[in-house]
Parts: sequence; C-alpha cells; structure tokens
Amino acid sequence: MKFDLKKFFSRKPKNELEGAGVPPQPQPNADPAAAAEAAIPEKLAEKCEKCGQIVLSADMDENFGVCPKCGHYKKITARARISMCVDAFEELFAEEQSGNILGFPGYDEKLAALREKTGEKDGVVCGTGTIGGERCAVFSMDYRFQMGSMGHTVGEKITRTFEYAAERRLPVVGFILSGGARMQEGIVSLMQMAKTSAAVAKHAEAGLLYIAVLTDPTTGGVSASFAFEADVIVAEKGALIGFAGPRVIEQTIRQKLPEGFQRAEFLQEKGFVDLIVERREMKEKLSALLKIHAADASAAEEVSL
Amino acid sequence: MNAYEIVLKSREKGRPTAVRYISRIVEGFIELHGDRRFADDKAIVGGVGFVGGMPVTVIGIEKGEDTNDKIAHNFGCAHPEGYRKAMRLMKEAEKFGRPVLCFVDTSGAYCGIGAEERGQSEAIASSILEMIRLKTPTLSIVIGEGGSGGALGLCAADEVWITETSTYSVISPEGCASILWKDSARVAEASECLKMTADDLAVLGAVERVIPERDFSEEFFADLKADIVRFFRGKRGIPAEELVEARYKRFRKF
Ligand SMILES: [Zn+2]
Repeated sequence: MKFDLKKFFSRKPKNELEGAGVPPQPQPNADPAAAAEAAIPEKLAEKCEKCGQIVLSADMDENFGVCPKCGHYKKITARARISMCVDAFEELFAEEQSGNILGFPGYDEKLAALREKTGEKDGVVCGTGTIGGERCAVFSMDYRFQMGSMGHTVGEKITRTFEYAAERRLPVVGFILSGGARMQEGIVSLMQMAKTSAAVAKHAEAGLLYIAVLTDPTTGGVSASFAFEADVIVAEKGALIGFAGPRVIEQTIRQKLPEGFQRAEFLQEKGFVDLIVERREMKEKLSALLKIHAADASAAEEVSL
Repeated sequence: MNAYEIVLKSREKGRPTAVRYISRIVEGFIELHGDRRFADDKAIVGGVGFVGGMPVTVIGIEKGEDTNDKIAHNFGCAHPEGYRKAMRLMKEAEKFGRPVLCFVDTSGAYCGIGAEERGQSEAIASSILEMIRLKTPTLSIVIGEGGSGGALGLCAADEVWITETSTYSVISPEGCASILWKDSARVAEASECLKMTADDLAVLGAVERVIPERDFSEEFFADLKADIVRFFRGKRGIPAEELVEARYKRFRKF
C-alpha cells in the first residue's frame, strides 16, 4: 500500500523566529494521509522526515535517532542527547527561567505553550556528568524550544555552566543546536552572545578544555559566539552550520546554493571544524578527546624502552 | 652513498611518509582539521594522541603514498593555511602543557598565486615565531626532504632529528645549480656543496641526532618511539622559560 504522504508531511516545522507571536494553528485533518498517521499509535512508529518511510520508534531509538532506511539524522531533544552521551548526569540551574522581558506581543503565550508542550522551562539543559569516566560540565540545547534560540534563560544557564566549570576546574562539553538569537528578547538576546563569550574566555584563561559539538542546525548568534569559541570543534555528520540560514542567503543573492553548502563536511574543508563525528560514535570520540586533554604529560606512565 | 644519492633516496617512492610514522608511533590518534581561517590544508596532517602513554600533539607534512594520495596531499607542499593549522594546534598543545612532535617531509612550501595572496611568507614567519617561543617541549624529525623555509616552519624546535637518508637544506640542489651556476646538470655537485645530508647537518649542529633507518623496519619505528618518549620524559618538570631560553640558544649559535 502506497501512501501519498508527501503533501501532509512536507509541512516543515515552522521557523519559530519567523513565527513570533503567532500561536500554532491546528491543521485541518481532511487529508487521508493525516488520518493514516493518526492511526499509528503514538510512540510505536514514526515517519522519517527525510525519506518519508514509516519506521518503528524502537528501531529509530536503538539507532541513535538515525533513520534505519535512509540514514537521516532526526533531531533529538536535549535530554535524549545527554542520555546518549553522558553518564551519571545531574542537572543544574533547572529552575532558571525568565519571562517576556520586552513585553513583546504574544511572547508570554508562546513561552507558556512551549513550556506546556515540552515540559522544559527553556531551550537548554545544563548539568554535570561523566563521559567515558571523565567528569565534565555539560549543556545541551533543545530544538523544540524555538529551534534552540538563545534568549536570556539560555544565555544565563550556559554562562553559569562555564562559571561553575571554571570554579571546579571541569571541562565543558556543549551540545549546540540553535537557529540563533531570540528575536522576542531583542537587545537582551544579543547581549547573551557577549555574556556567554566572556564566560568562555574566563574558563579558557583558567587553562580548561571546552569541546563544542555542533549539531543540526547551528546558525545565527549562537554560531557567532560560543559555538566557535571552543578548543575542539566537533560537528555532527551532515549538520547545517553557518551564520545566515540558507534561505536567507538564497533570497539575498537570488541564487540557488550548491549541494552541501554550509554542511559539516563543507565547514571542515574550509578549515572551521576539527572533526566530523557520526552520532553513534559521539560518546566514544568525546571520551577519547577528554582523556587526551586530561592526561598530564608530566605524569606519563613509565613504558619499557 | 654520495650526497646526490642521498638526495634521490630522500625523495624515493615507497619511503614512509608522515602518516606512516604517526600510525606506528602514536596511539589513539585523533586528526584535527583546519586553520579556522580559510581551509583545511591536507599537506599538513595534525592531531592529538599518545606516545608511550604521554599525550602529544602531532603535526606532519604529508606527501602522500600513491599517486591519488599525493595529489590529495599536494605532494607535501603546504599552503599558508597549512602553517596556520600547525600554529593553531601548537597553541592548543601549549594551553594543555602537551609536547609537540613534528614530522617534516617537504620539497618546500607551495609556490602559487593563492599561496602568495594569502601570505605564504607571513604564515611561515609566524609559524617559526610561535614555535620558537612555545611554552611546551617540541621535537621535529626530518623524515625525507627538509625543503627550506617550508620545512623550517615546523623545525623551530628544542631538537631536530633526521633519519640517515633525509636532507635539510636552504634550497634544492637543482635550484642551487640553476641559480648559482646557470647549469642544472650540476645537481650532484650542488648536493655535495650544500652540506644537506644528515651527517653533514649533524657536524654543523643543525640537527641533534641522526637516526639509522634499518630499512624502516618495525624495530626502526619501535626504537624511534622509545627515543621520542625518552626525549619528552627528559623535558618533564623543566620550566617553560628554560625551554624557551634553551631554544633561543640553540638557534642563537648560528
Ligand atoms: Zn529516512
């Protein structure tokens, strides 16, 4: 049986930055494909956003959120990312949240709806844990919260993570996913770029390691601040990484962008990414990087010569 | 072997290149790419790993093994972005107090329009400057051709070692014969005059150690690895200022 799922499912999640203040509209359920989707019991199966094939959720989860049919990397939540890579995670700054600082029209409702829907207060989860036995401070950004956009709460929690790590002499591993700054917080959002950078600088001055893991997407104000200030910049395979988003660039230059433009592989070729890692190997690679940086050259084990 | 035979040997096909040294000597190597400015220059391979349990940053000028590989690595002729990648990795090593190990094998830095536009001279100059004042132990090993400034960019180290049929020179013998004598046929003679072979370099004090090659056997790599470990172990606990001062004296003597 062949579904024409294209029409229904090609409805991309709206870029939250563009949809500021517009509450999500319920979609008419007239499409038969939608009914087919509705018939799939929740959590048992899901549709790959790339190839459109129905995949058992259990298979998808077991495969690190990578489509077993086409290899597409599904976006995963901040906490799913942490559970994939971090052991003994203990959350920090969980209560941190801010409101509608500028009184931006519709933003209160938007925040309330997102908090309700995601169970998160904002777009980043922070804490400590171990990766391959190496203790570190961690932050992980969440696509469901306005595509990880950075407002006051996100900036504050990330800043506090670096301060916490500097005080306790811990490395920081940041799982980055963000469309950029949060428009509804205006200049306060812009200032988060400088604030987080100052915290990164202080942590770096203390001689401590910061590994940034750039995931799909890493763009805008986040890419132009703490994402590219790390000692080691890891990119997840295929991730979109750039300053301006591809649609904005296409509209500006009135040209179609070449295949692979702004993808992780492109960035590595252009000299901006240290290494590209597949999602299933992320934990192991991070663990190896942490171990090399933690190893003390002056205390190397004696080897037989 | 006379000097010219050594010159030919240093360029011989099948001779182990930097990646082979890295795979034999460095455990758990993780390659790190890019200069964070313009490109990832594949003529220079860099990354982090362990040598005998000691964390190190490793940088190698890579010529490539077969034809496709050679093209991919631009025959070991680095662009400015290659030296900038090396510098960036050295600074990272410095931050974490990790020794730096370089394998050098190049006929020279790349000559071309892009290389000039992006400041080949500035890149090599800065690389020498950063390396010579780096606050962590450094060791460079010439494993084939040590071609001029392109090699020196990664040889401003605490010590420079060289394998016995490698060379290190201000200019290629071909270039010397052609410029000085307007006669490119006098390559062999130029090879002698330049004193560019390992043994001559040791006499001149340009290298600290000449390493017997023993047909690049497993024992060769094992012993070299042991020597590297011993060298860096000997640098443990020496304050950074002393390392830098010793390096100053090493080059001051010329
Ligand atoms: Zn798929």
